[in-house]
Amino acid sequence: MSNIDLQYTLKDFKSENEVRWCPGCGDYAIMNAVQRTMADMNVPHEKFAVISGIGCSSRFPYYMSTYGFHSIHGRAAAIASGVKSANPDLSVWVITGDGDSLAIGGNHFIHTIRRNIDLNVILFNNKIYGLTKGQYSPTTDRGFVTKTSPNGTIEDSFVPGQLVLGARGTFFARAVDSNVKHNQLVFAEAAKHQGTSIVEVLQNCVIFNDGIHAQIADPKHRAERQLFLEHGKPMRFGHDNEKGLIVEKGRLKVAVIGENGVTEDDILVHDAKEVDPYLHMQLINMSMPDFPIAMGVIRAVDAPVYDQELEKQVAEVSATRRVNNVDELLKSGNTWEVDEPGSSDPVPFFKKKCPILE
Amino acid sequence: MKDTKVIELEEVAIRFSGDSGDGMQLTGTLFSDATALFGNDISTFPDYPSEIRAPQGTVGGVSGFQVQFGHKEVNTPGDEAHVLIAMNPAAVKANARFMKPGGTIIYDVDSFTQKNLDKANFATDDPFGELKLDDYIKIAVPITSLTRESLKDFGMDNKSVLRSKNMFALGLICWMFGRPMDYIESFIKTKFAKKPTVVESNLKVLHDGFNYGMNMQHMTPQYLVHAAEIERGTYRNINGNIATAWGMLAAAEKSGLDLFLGSYPITPATDVLVALAARRDLGVKTFQAEDEIAGMCTTLGAAFAGKLAVTSTSGPGLALKSEAIGLAVMAELPVVIVNVQRGGPSTGLPTKTEQSDLLQALYGRNGESPVVVLAASTPSDCFYYAYLSCKIALERMVPVILLTDGFLGNGSEPWRVPSMSELPEITPRIAKNSSEFKPYKRDEDILAREWAFPGMEGFQHRIGGLEKNVEGAVSHDPENHHKNTEIREAKVQKVADMIPELEVCGDEEGELLVVAWGGTYGHMISAVREMRQDGKKVSLAHFNFIKPLPANTEEVFSKFKKIIVCELNLGQFASYLRDKLPEYEYHQVNKLKGLPFTVTELKENFEKLLEE
Ligand SMILES: Cc1ncc(C[n+]2csc(CCOP(=O)(O)OP(=O)(O)O)c2C)c(N)n1
Ligand code: SF4
Ligand SMILES: [Mg+2]
Repeated sequence: MSNIDLQYTLKDFKSENEVRWCPGCGDYAIMNAVQRTMADMNVPHEKFAVISGIGCSSRFPYYMSTYGFHSIHGRAAAIASGVKSANPDLSVWVITGDGDSLAIGGNHFIHTIRRNIDLNVILFNNKIYGLTKGQYSPTTDRGFVTKTSPNGTIEDSFVPGQLVLGARGTFFARAVDSNVKHNQLVFAEAAKHQGTSIVEVLQNCVIFNDGIHAQIADPKHRAERQLFLEHGKPMRFGHDNEKGLIVEKGRLKVAVIGENGVTEDDILVHDAKEVDPYLHMQLINMSMPDFPIAMGVIRAVDAPVYDQELEKQVAEVSATRRVNNVDELLKSGNTWEVDEPGSSDPVPFFKKKCPILE
Repeated sequence: MKDTKVIELEEVAIRFSGDSGDGMQLTGTLFSDATALFGNDISTFPDYPSEIRAPQGTVGGVSGFQVQFGHKEVNTPGDEAHVLIAMNPAAVKANARFMKPGGTIIYDVDSFTQKNLDKANFATDDPFGELKLDDYIKIAVPITSLTRESLKDFGMDNKSVLRSKNMFALGLICWMFGRPMDYIESFIKTKFAKKPTVVESNLKVLHDGFNYGMNMQHMTPQYLVHAAEIERGTYRNINGNIATAWGMLAAAEKSGLDLFLGSYPITPATDVLVALAARRDLGVKTFQAEDEIAGMCTTLGAAFAGKLAVTSTSGPGLALKSEAIGLAVMAELPVVIVNVQRGGPSTGLPTKTEQSDLLQALYGRNGESPVVVLAASTPSDCFYYAYLSCKIALERMVPVILLTDGFLGNGSEPWRVPSMSELPEITPRIAKNSSEFKPYKRDEDILAREWAFPGMEGFQHRIGGLEKNVEGAVSHDPENHHKNTEIREAKVQKVADMIPELEVCGDEEGELLVVAWGGTYGHMISAVREMRQDGKKVSLAHFNFIKPLPANTEEVFSKFKKIIVCELNLGQFASYLRDKLPEYEYHQVNKLKGLPFTVTELKENFEKLLEE
C-alpha cells in the first residue's frame, strides 16, 4: 500500500466499454461494490489484475479499467495463481460463476484454496448457467426444473462454503448482490486477508433464474433472515435484534433473549479467526426456516501464504547459493577440460556445420 | 597380461541389464561418466520398465542402460551391444535381440537357478540355446557369491549385501575397458558421506570386481578404445531434459526476465520440472500444478504478469493443455511448451520413445490456432533449441512448442558447455510508450504485438480468448476475424526470418535426400555417413524447425532425385511436407516400436530405394 492517498473514486475503475449484462442483473451491483472497494484500497491502479473464466459474470474484466484477462471456462483460478505467484506485488482478483468455479473449474478451485494463494475470489452464485441460457449448475437445488432438467434434477448441490472448508480454506464470506454497502465491507475484508479469500455472492439472474435468492435477499425480511456476522461481536439478528445463536448439545440453536432464561451473555460471540472449522461449518450450513442465513466474514484465519512462501524460499536459497549465474551453473559439478594438441577451436552452436563434411 | 585377449575398437556399445532393483541405471551412469571423463565421446540410452515394481526376476521387470563410446564423434548409443552384463536370466532374455552377433555376455551365474529360469519363462534349462546365443562369448561370473565373499567381514544383512552386486559388475567392466575408477570412487564417497560402512563396502566390492577381471584375464577379453580428439573447452555430461531446463534458464538470464515453470509430473518429461525446481538459487519459480491444464494456465498467468513462462509435459499432458494453448494464441502471449514425446496414443508406452505428437503440436487445438514448432535433435542441443524457443516466444509474442522425446530426454552425451557470451541476444517486446500503446497494435514487419503487464503504469488493458480489434475491444466483426486469423498465421510464418537455413549434410545434390526431424538425428547422420563412405550419393536434411519450415526447404529438395522421410510414427512429417511442398514424392521409413531407428535398418531402406 502506498503512503500517499491516491484519492481514487469509483470512476477511476470503470472502463470505456459498454456494460452488456441484462438490465436488472445482479452483476451490476457487485461490480459497483468491487469498484468502490478498489478505489478505497489506496493501491496504485496499475497493480490491480482482474482475471475471469467464462460466463456472464466473467465478462467483468472488460468493464474495468484495470489490467484484465478474460480467459477460458473454469481456469481463472489457475491463471490467477500463475499471475500472483509470478508477481506477489499485485492485487489479483478472480471473477467466476458457479459453473465456472464449481463444475469445470472445480479442481483448480479446491487446489487454489488448499495452497492459500493470496487471491480475492468473487463467486457469482446465481445457481444457473447464465451465459449458455439456463441449464442447471452444481449449486442448483435437487429437483429444480431447468432446460436440461425438465423433470427436475436428481443430484444434490454443492454448498460453496463446505467446499472451501473441505479444501482447508482460510477465508470464506457470503453476501447478497443488491446490498452494495455490505458487499463493499466484505470485499474490503477479503482484500485485507492474506491467502485465498472466497466471497460467495448470492446473485440474481433476472432472465434464467429470477428470484432464486429472493426469500433470503428481500430487504423487507433482511433482519429476520440474514445474520450479519462480525468478528468479536455476538451473533444476533431479528427486527429488534432480539434473537441470537447459542449452542445446545454441540449444535447451534436460535434463541430469543429473555425467553427460557436466555440472556445477552448467553449469545455466542463470532470468532472468525478460530482455526477449528467446526463452528464455521455450522454457520455455513444454517438454512431457513430454522435458521437465518449467515452473511459476512464467516472465516478468516491466518496461515502460510503460497506466493509469499515461494518468494521467501527463493530468497533463502539464493542467499546461500553456490552458483551465481548460468555460466557458473554450466561449469558446476562433474566437468573436465579438453585441451589436447590435436583439439580444435570451439565453434558456437549456431555456427556449427554438419560433421559429415569431412 | 600375456594371455589377455585385447580387442581394439573404434567404438563399443555396452548394455547393463538386470532387475529394476539391481541398480543398473546407476551402474550405467557411473560407467558412462567415468568414460566421458576418460576422454571418449559417448551416447547413452536408458531403457527402463514403466512399472517401477514389476515382479522381481521377470522379463517385464528388466531395466537396461546402454552406452556407446568411441574415439571419434559418437552419435548414437549403438544399434547393438558388443557386451551385455546380465544380472539374471530375464535380463538375457530381454536383451538377446539387442546383441551384436558374436558379442560377449557376462552374466551372474549364481542367479541362473531353476526358479529364476521359470520366472523368465524359459522352457528348458539351456537359456542361451533357447535364445540362439550359441555363437556368443559367454562369461559366467559368480557375481552374487563373490560379492557375498567380498563382504563377509562387514556384518551386513543379506539384502544390503545383494544390493552391492552392481558394484562388482561395475569394477569388472572398468577393468575390461581400462577405465580409471577414481571418479566412481569419489562419487561413492560423496554420495554416502554419512554412511562410512556403505562407502567401505561398496569400494571393496568395486575393487574386487576389478581384480577379478585382472586375475581371470585368460577368459575375459579386454577392449581398447582410445580417447577422442575434440574441440577444446570445458565438458560435462548432460541429458536432454536437463539441457532443456538449463537452456530456458539461460534465456531468462539473457533476456533479463525471471523464469516461471508451471508443470505437472509425467514420464519422460518430469526431469525438466525437477531440474528447474532445484534452481530456486537462481530465482526460478516452479509451480507443481494440480494437472496439466493448470500447468498451462499458471504459465499463461505468469506470461501475462511479465515473466519468461514455460511449461513441460509429454503427449497426454499436451492434449490437456490444448485449450489453454489456444488462449495463448489468441492473447498473443509468449509461452514455451516443451513436449517430451513418448509412445502413444493414450498412456501408450510411457517410458519409450516416439515422434507421434507432431501433428498434435501443429494442429491439436480448436480453431485456426498456429504456433511455432521446433524440435531438438540431440540430448545436448536441447539446450540451444530450448533457448531459441524462448527467444522466438519473447521477440515474436507467440507460443512455441518444443518437441523433444524420451530418447533425447533421458539419453546423455558429453557436451562442450558454451559461455553465455556465445548465445544470441534476446530482446523481449516490452512496451515503452504508453501513449501509443494498443493491445493488438502490431509491428508492420514481424506482426508481433507489444507486451505490457500489470505493474506498468499507463498500459492498463484487457485481453482474453474472445476475438479483439486493435484497441483490445471484443469484436464480432466478420472482416476483423478473417483478417486476424490470417495475421496470426502470418506472424508464425514470419519467424522464418530469424531461424537458420536448412543445412544439407553431404553434397547439395544427389540421388537420395534423407529427410528426418528431431531426436532421430544421431542415427540418421550415422547411417548417411556410412553410406557415403561406401560411395553412395546420399545426403541428409535434418529439420529442427517444423513450423515455419526453413525458407530454403524447397530449394534443398529440388536438387535430389529421390526424397525419403524417416520418422518414428506413421508418416506425420511426410504428410505435412506433402501439404506444404506437394510437388515432390516422399518415400517413407516409419517405425513404431518404442525404440530408436537402428543404423542398419536405415541403410537397408536407403539402399533398397536407391536400387529401385
Ligand atoms: C470448455 C467449455 N465448455 C463449455 C462452455 C460453455 N459455457 C460457457 S459459460 C458456461 C456456464 C456459465 O455458467 P456460470 O459459470 O455459472 O456463469 P454465469 O453465466 O451464470 O455467470 C458454459 C457451460 C465453454 N465456454 N467452454
Ligand atoms: S443472463 Fe442472467 S446472469 Fe447473465 S447477464 Fe442476464 S441476468 Fe445476468
Ligand atoms: Mg451461474
